[in-house]
Amino acid sequence: MKLFSKDLLGIKELTKDEIILILDTASGFKDVLKRDIKKVPALRGKTAVNLFFEPSTRTRTSFELAEKRLSLDVLNLAVTTSSVVKGESLIDTALNVQALGADFMIIRHSSSGAPHLLSKNINASVINAGDGVNEHPTQALLDAFTIKEKLGEIEGLRIAIVGDILHSRVAKSNIYLLTKFGAEVRLIGPPTLVPQESESLGVKVFHDMDSGLRDVNVVMMLRIQMERQGKGFFPSTLEYFRYWGLTAERLSVADDNAIVMHPGPMNRGIEISSEIADGPRSVILEQVTNGIAIRMAVLYLLAGARG
Amino acid sequence: MPKELLNKQDIDRVLARMAHEILERNKGTENLCLVGIQRGGVHLAKRLSKKIKEIEGKDISVGSLDIAFYRDDLNIRKEQPAVRRTEVPCEITDQKVVLVDDVLFTGRSIRAALDALMDIGRPANIQLAVLIDRGHRELPIKADFVGKNIPTAINENVEVSLEEEGLEDKVTIE
Repeated sequence: MKLFSKDLLGIKELTKDEIILILDTASGFKDVLKRDIKKVPALRGKTAVNLFFEPSTRTRTSFELAEKRLSLDVLNLAVTTSSVVKGESLIDTALNVQALGADFMIIRHSSSGAPHLLSKNINASVINAGDGVNEHPTQALLDAFTIKEKLGEIEGLRIAIVGDILHSRVAKSNIYLLTKFGAEVRLIGPPTLVPQESESLGVKVFHDMDSGLRDVNVVMMLRIQMERQGKGFFPSTLEYFRYWGLTAERLSVADDNAIVMHPGPMNRGIEISSEIADGPRSVILEQVTNGIAIRMAVLYLLAGARG
Repeated sequence: MPKELLNKQDIDRVLARMAHEILERNKGTENLCLVGIQRGGVHLAKRLSKKIKEIEGKDISVGSLDIAFYRDDLNIRKEQPAVRRTEVPCEITDQKVVLVDDVLFTGRSIRAALDALMDIGRPANIQLAVLIDRGHRELPIKADFVGKNIPTAINENVEVSLEEEGLEDKVTIE
């Protein structure tokens, strides 16, 4: 069994079997991360370039660690220090990076579809680390890995995704993945941020927390993107928290063993209370750890898909 | 048509002898642990530990080692090897580790396994136990405990099938 494409562009493009392969491979890498020597020689001699056209701390560090744990040579290209500010096009930048000898290009870009454009123009493996409002596939994969680790099979679980669905690539990748596995996916948030048309993706839309969270097994909170504040999507952060913030009281209608997830970075007191974020139901820090194992698995498997 | 080299009883006898040899060489079970290479080696390591328990009355820990990340052919294979779990329950540093595999052939898997073990700890020593040694080494590697030496042609295929995999216990050559 191998991946069908040299690139990881989105969850939409993956089959269920490919996703299972990635999750299974990640368990092997999680073992490696528990050791004193957290490094294997699997991809020695190959090069990864992290091309981040948008600010990111945790995704970039997570990719960088995953690459280093696989013995890849790593180059970080931040947009402010590159020729992009001089007006170089995306494809030219990528072709130059490829000419330097890159085998993997990890790209984050504010335009949806940027990784897809690159994948058609370069031979290196392209990994989407978040493109516009389209997808963030490795986040959905690490979320699935965490859910499976905590609750077993995904099929049949009731999973709520809460917050700014409209602008969230994390939500989109998760919706694709979870519906492929047969989970019941609920989207919860104000009508301005959770459009009713989302139901065409095979999910249920709720515009109030209490009915949406009833009996769910997983609550996935999304980050309220503060840059959207003041654009009329919601009146104030205080009001947002009152209606859509996750508190102990709100969570009490969920399943007794429900877990709480957040892709980070969290806005405490806006979408989630500290009591929940730091509480026993929270698996937020485990998501971070699992992210490294998932990204190692993706890099390792894509190296095989190129062969 | 594959030719049968060992049947269920043969395998059982061979493993019993190897268990005795391991105990003799190590003067008992103190500081001893078995680590099988995924997957055949893991089943054989468990069987050896059972034999050792029968002989010596002592439990001995058994680990499993996946060598996928340490292979030297990752660049030339068409597809990445499946990744299985590595679980070494004992602290291997300063322990005597008996590495167990089903078939010893080129020696390249053992080279990978040695590197993998060294990343987990620093054993006092590493010994090698294999059910079948079929020759054609490409690296300077030699087994300490051999179930059966089988001269083969390089293009022949030696297959160890085991009940743990839902098959009949036997070793065949084709």
